[in-house]
Amino acid sequence: MAVEISLSGEVITARLTGEIDHHTAVGLRKEIDNSIEINMPSLVILDFERVSFMDSSGIGLIMGRYKNLSKRGANLNISGVNPRLYKMMRLSGIERIVKVDSPLKGEKFDG
Amino acid sequence: MADKNCFSMIVDSRSVNESFVRSVISTFAAVLDPTVEEISDIKTAVSEVVTNCIVHAYPDTIGKIYIKCNTEGNVLTVRIRDKGVGIPDVKKAMEPLYTTAGDERAGLGFAVMQSFMDYLRVYSKPEKGTTVIMKKHISVRYDLRR
Repeated sequence: MAVEISLSGEVITARLTGEIDHHTAVGLRKEIDNSIEINMPSLVILDFERVSFMDSSGIGLIMGRYKNLSKRGANLNISGVNPRLYKMMRLSGIERIVKVDSPLKGEKFDG
Repeated sequence: MADKNCFSMIVDSRSVNESFVRSVISTFAAVLDPTVEEISDIKTAVSEVVTNCIVHAYPDTIGKIYIKCNTEGNVLTVRIRDKGVGIPDVKKAMEPLYTTAGDERAGLGFAVMQSFMDYLRVYSKPEKGTTVIMKKHISVRYDLRR
Protein backbone atom coordinates (compact mmCIF):
# COMPACT_ATOMS: atom_id res chain seq x y z
CA MET A 1 0.00 0.00 0.00
CA ALA A 2 1.36 3.38 -0.96
CA VAL A 3 0.22 6.96 -1.23
CA GLU A 4 1.55 9.52 -3.65
CA ILE A 5 0.84 13.05 -2.50
CA SER A 6 0.92 16.04 -4.82
CA LEU A 7 0.21 19.69 -4.12
CA SER A 8 -1.25 22.21 -6.55
CA GLY A 9 -2.05 25.61 -5.09
CA GLU A 10 -4.20 24.90 -2.03
CA VAL A 11 -5.24 21.46 -3.23
CA ILE A 12 -3.65 18.22 -2.04
CA THR A 13 -4.24 15.10 -4.13
CA ALA A 14 -3.47 11.83 -2.36
CA ARG A 15 -3.32 9.00 -4.85
CA LEU A 16 -3.77 5.69 -3.00
CA THR A 17 -2.40 2.45 -4.45
CA GLY A 18 -2.97 -1.16 -3.35
CA GLU A 19 -5.11 -2.59 -0.55
CA ILE A 20 -6.60 -0.58 2.32
CA ASP A 21 -7.22 -2.52 5.53
CA HIS A 22 -6.63 -2.01 9.24
CA HIS A 23 -2.97 -2.95 8.75
CA THR A 24 -2.20 -0.47 5.95
CA ALA A 25 -4.52 2.36 7.05
CA VAL A 26 -2.20 3.47 9.86
CA GLY A 27 0.64 4.47 7.54
CA LEU A 28 -1.70 6.15 5.06
CA ARG A 29 -3.31 8.16 7.83
CA LYS A 30 0.05 9.41 9.06
CA GLU A 31 1.29 10.43 5.62
CA ILE A 32 -1.90 12.25 4.65
CA ASP A 33 -2.26 14.01 8.01
CA ASN A 34 1.38 15.03 7.90
CA SER A 35 0.87 16.64 4.50
CA ILE A 36 -2.29 18.42 5.73
CA GLU A 37 -0.34 19.72 8.72
CA ILE A 38 2.48 21.11 6.58
CA ASN A 39 0.57 22.40 3.54
CA MET A 40 -2.68 23.67 5.13
CA PRO A 41 -4.82 22.88 2.03
CA SER A 42 -8.33 24.16 1.39
CA LEU A 43 -9.22 20.92 -0.41
CA VAL A 44 -7.95 17.34 -0.19
CA ILE A 45 -8.79 14.86 -2.94
CA LEU A 46 -8.43 11.18 -2.05
CA ASP A 47 -8.02 9.32 -5.32
CA PHE A 48 -9.05 5.64 -5.09
CA GLU A 49 -8.48 4.76 -8.75
CA ARG A 50 -5.55 2.44 -8.00
CA VAL A 51 -7.06 0.87 -4.87
CA SER A 52 -7.62 -2.84 -5.51
CA PHE A 53 -9.28 -3.67 -2.18
CA MET A 54 -10.79 -1.78 0.71
CA ASP A 55 -12.59 -2.91 3.85
CA SER A 56 -14.30 -0.63 6.38
CA SER A 57 -10.88 0.64 7.48
CA GLY A 58 -11.06 2.76 4.31
CA ILE A 59 -14.25 4.35 5.61
CA GLY A 60 -12.50 5.02 8.93
CA LEU A 61 -9.66 6.63 6.98
CA ILE A 62 -12.06 8.89 5.07
CA MET A 63 -14.06 9.79 8.21
CA GLY A 64 -10.92 10.63 10.18
CA ARG A 65 -9.59 12.91 7.41
CA TYR A 66 -13.01 14.52 7.04
CA LYS A 67 -13.06 15.39 10.75
CA ASN A 68 -9.49 16.68 10.64
CA LEU A 69 -10.19 18.90 7.61
CA SER A 70 -13.56 20.14 8.90
CA LYS A 71 -11.86 21.47 12.00
CA ARG A 72 -9.60 23.51 9.71
CA GLY A 73 -12.47 24.70 7.50
CA ALA A 74 -11.17 22.64 4.57
CA ASN A 75 -12.99 20.20 2.26
CA LEU A 76 -12.55 16.58 1.27
CA ASN A 77 -13.45 14.93 -2.05
CA ILE A 78 -13.27 11.28 -3.07
CA SER A 79 -12.53 10.24 -6.66
CA GLY A 80 -11.82 7.19 -8.82
CA VAL A 81 -14.19 4.83 -6.99
CA ASN A 82 -14.85 1.48 -8.71
CA PRO A 83 -18.08 -0.55 -8.22
CA ARG A 84 -16.63 -2.71 -5.42
CA LEU A 85 -15.41 0.25 -3.40
CA TYR A 86 -18.61 2.13 -4.13
CA LYS A 87 -20.64 -0.67 -2.55
CA MET A 88 -18.75 -0.11 0.71
CA MET A 89 -19.08 3.67 0.50
CA ARG A 90 -22.80 3.42 -0.16
CA LEU A 91 -23.28 1.09 2.82
CA SER A 92 -21.44 3.52 5.08
CA GLY A 93 -23.55 6.51 4.03
CA ILE A 94 -20.37 8.55 3.63
CA GLU A 95 -21.78 10.23 0.53
CA ARG A 96 -24.02 12.27 2.75
CA ILE A 97 -21.03 14.18 4.13
CA VAL A 98 -18.25 13.82 1.53
CA LYS A 99 -18.43 14.42 -2.23
CA VAL A 100 -17.84 11.08 -3.99
CA ASP A 101 -17.02 11.07 -7.70
CA SER A 102 -17.78 7.66 -9.11
CA PRO A 103 -18.77 6.76 -12.65
CA LEU A 104 -21.35 4.47 -11.07
CA LYS A 105 -23.08 6.92 -8.81
CA GLY A 106 -26.83 6.52 -8.86
CA GLU A 107 -26.74 3.03 -10.34
CA LYS A 108 -28.35 0.20 -8.46
CA PHE A 109 -26.29 -2.71 -7.20
CA ASP A 110 -27.37 -6.21 -6.33
CA GLY A 111 -26.78 -7.34 -2.78
CA MET B 1 -21.43 -29.10 -9.09
CA ALA B 2 -18.18 -28.91 -7.12
CA ASP B 3 -17.33 -31.63 -4.60
CA LYS B 4 -17.25 -30.98 -0.89
CA ASN B 5 -13.99 -29.50 0.23
CA CYS B 6 -12.62 -28.02 3.44
CA PHE B 7 -9.54 -26.53 5.04
CA SER B 8 -8.61 -25.13 8.41
CA MET B 9 -5.76 -23.00 9.69
CA ILE B 10 -4.64 -21.08 12.73
CA VAL B 11 -2.96 -17.69 12.50
CA ASP B 12 -1.61 -15.18 15.00
CA SER B 13 -3.74 -12.08 15.58
CA ARG B 14 -1.25 -9.83 13.80
CA SER B 15 -2.59 -7.17 11.45
CA VAL B 16 -0.26 -8.33 8.68
CA ASN B 17 -2.37 -11.53 8.58
CA GLU B 18 -5.50 -9.64 7.51
CA SER B 19 -4.46 -9.71 3.86
CA PHE B 20 -3.05 -13.24 4.20
CA VAL B 21 -6.32 -14.72 5.50
CA ARG B 22 -8.56 -12.99 2.97
CA SER B 23 -6.26 -14.10 0.14
CA VAL B 24 -6.26 -17.72 1.31
CA ILE B 25 -10.05 -17.85 1.67
CA SER B 26 -10.69 -16.19 -1.69
CA THR B 27 -8.27 -18.60 -3.35
CA PHE B 28 -10.03 -21.53 -1.67
CA ALA B 29 -13.41 -20.22 -2.90
CA ALA B 30 -12.11 -19.88 -6.46
CA VAL B 31 -13.07 -23.50 -7.20
CA LEU B 32 -16.72 -22.35 -7.15
CA ASP B 33 -15.95 -19.94 -10.00
CA PRO B 34 -17.21 -16.79 -8.28
CA THR B 35 -17.58 -13.45 -10.04
CA VAL B 36 -15.20 -10.57 -9.31
CA GLU B 37 -17.97 -9.04 -7.17
CA GLU B 38 -18.50 -12.22 -5.16
CA ILE B 39 -14.77 -12.57 -4.49
CA SER B 40 -14.62 -8.94 -3.41
CA ASP B 41 -17.60 -9.47 -1.05
CA ILE B 42 -15.94 -12.52 0.53
CA LYS B 43 -12.57 -10.81 0.93
CA THR B 44 -14.15 -7.74 2.48
CA ALA B 45 -16.29 -9.68 4.97
CA VAL B 46 -13.35 -11.92 5.98
CA SER B 47 -11.15 -8.86 6.44
CA GLU B 48 -13.74 -7.39 8.82
CA VAL B 49 -13.89 -10.55 10.95
CA VAL B 50 -10.11 -10.89 11.20
CA THR B 51 -9.75 -7.18 12.03
CA ASN B 52 -12.30 -7.60 14.82
CA CYS B 53 -10.22 -10.47 16.26
CA ILE B 54 -7.09 -8.31 16.22
CA VAL B 55 -8.61 -5.04 17.45
CA HIS B 56 -11.26 -6.32 19.86
CA ALA B 57 -10.75 -9.97 20.81
CA TYR B 58 -7.06 -9.65 21.63
CA PRO B 59 -6.61 -5.91 22.32
CA ASP B 60 -3.35 -6.13 24.26
CA THR B 61 -2.00 -9.54 23.31
CA ILE B 62 -1.28 -11.67 20.28
CA GLY B 63 -3.75 -14.57 20.32
CA LYS B 64 -4.74 -17.29 17.90
CA ILE B 65 -7.41 -16.99 15.23
CA TYR B 66 -9.00 -20.30 14.21
CA ILE B 67 -10.29 -20.50 10.66
CA LYS B 68 -12.36 -23.25 9.06
CA CYS B 69 -13.82 -23.08 5.59
CA ASN B 70 -15.80 -25.45 3.49
CA THR B 71 -17.51 -25.53 0.16
CA GLU B 72 -20.54 -27.67 -0.51
CA GLY B 73 -22.49 -27.32 -3.71
CA ASN B 74 -22.22 -23.65 -4.57
CA VAL B 75 -22.03 -22.46 -0.95
CA LEU B 76 -18.91 -21.26 0.82
CA THR B 77 -19.02 -21.42 4.62
CA VAL B 78 -16.44 -19.53 6.67
CA ARG B 79 -16.07 -20.03 10.40
CA ILE B 80 -13.68 -17.76 12.31
CA ARG B 81 -13.18 -18.19 16.02
CA ASP B 82 -11.07 -16.52 18.67
CA LYS B 83 -10.46 -17.19 22.35
CA GLY B 84 -10.35 -13.50 23.21
CA VAL B 85 -12.30 -11.19 25.48
CA GLY B 86 -15.72 -11.91 23.94
CA ILE B 87 -18.56 -9.49 23.32
CA PRO B 88 -20.82 -8.70 26.30
CA ASP B 89 -23.73 -7.53 24.11
CA VAL B 90 -23.64 -8.98 20.59
CA LYS B 91 -26.82 -7.21 19.52
CA LYS B 92 -25.37 -3.84 20.50
CA ALA B 93 -22.00 -4.61 18.86
CA MET B 94 -23.80 -5.43 15.60
CA GLU B 95 -25.54 -2.05 15.36
CA PRO B 96 -24.13 -0.07 12.43
CA LEU B 97 -21.71 2.70 13.45
CA TYR B 98 -21.36 1.32 16.99
CA THR B 99 -17.68 1.05 17.84
CA THR B 100 -15.55 0.98 20.95
CA ALA B 101 -12.33 1.44 18.99
CA GLY B 102 -12.20 5.22 18.56
CA ASP B 103 -12.31 7.74 15.72
CA GLU B 104 -10.46 5.82 13.03
CA ARG B 105 -12.82 2.82 13.12
CA ALA B 106 -16.11 3.21 11.28
CA GLY B 107 -18.13 0.72 13.34
CA LEU B 108 -19.23 -1.01 10.16
CA GLY B 109 -17.65 -4.46 10.50
CA PHE B 110 -20.78 -6.46 11.27
CA ALA B 111 -22.89 -4.38 8.86
CA VAL B 112 -20.44 -5.30 6.09
CA MET B 113 -20.52 -9.02 7.00
CA GLN B 114 -24.33 -8.90 7.04
CA SER B 115 -24.69 -7.09 3.77
CA PHE B 116 -21.84 -8.68 1.76
CA MET B 117 -22.58 -12.30 2.77
CA ASP B 118 -25.80 -14.31 2.64
CA TYR B 119 -25.75 -15.65 6.18
CA LEU B 120 -24.19 -14.40 9.41
CA ARG B 121 -24.28 -15.77 12.92
CA VAL B 122 -22.22 -14.45 15.83
CA TYR B 123 -21.79 -16.39 19.06
CA SER B 124 -19.86 -14.84 21.92
CA LYS B 125 -19.18 -15.29 25.60
CA PRO B 126 -17.23 -12.76 27.67
CA GLU B 127 -13.76 -14.10 28.54
CA LYS B 128 -14.35 -17.16 26.30
CA GLY B 129 -14.26 -15.70 22.83
CA THR B 130 -16.29 -15.18 19.70
CA THR B 131 -17.29 -17.34 16.76
CA VAL B 132 -18.48 -15.86 13.48
CA ILE B 133 -20.09 -18.06 10.86
CA MET B 134 -20.76 -16.67 7.39
CA LYS B 135 -22.05 -18.22 4.19
CA LYS B 136 -21.99 -17.04 0.62
CA HIS B 137 -23.94 -18.55 -2.26
CA ILE B 138 -21.87 -18.40 -5.40
CA SER B 139 -23.90 -17.84 -8.53
CA VAL B 140 -23.91 -20.84 -10.84
CA ARG B 141 -22.76 -19.95 -14.31
CA TYR B 142 -22.86 -22.04 -17.45
CA ASP B 143 -19.82 -24.29 -17.38
CA LEU B 144 -18.02 -24.42 -20.73
CA ARG B 145 -15.77 -27.24 -19.56
CA ARG B 146 -18.58 -29.77 -19.72
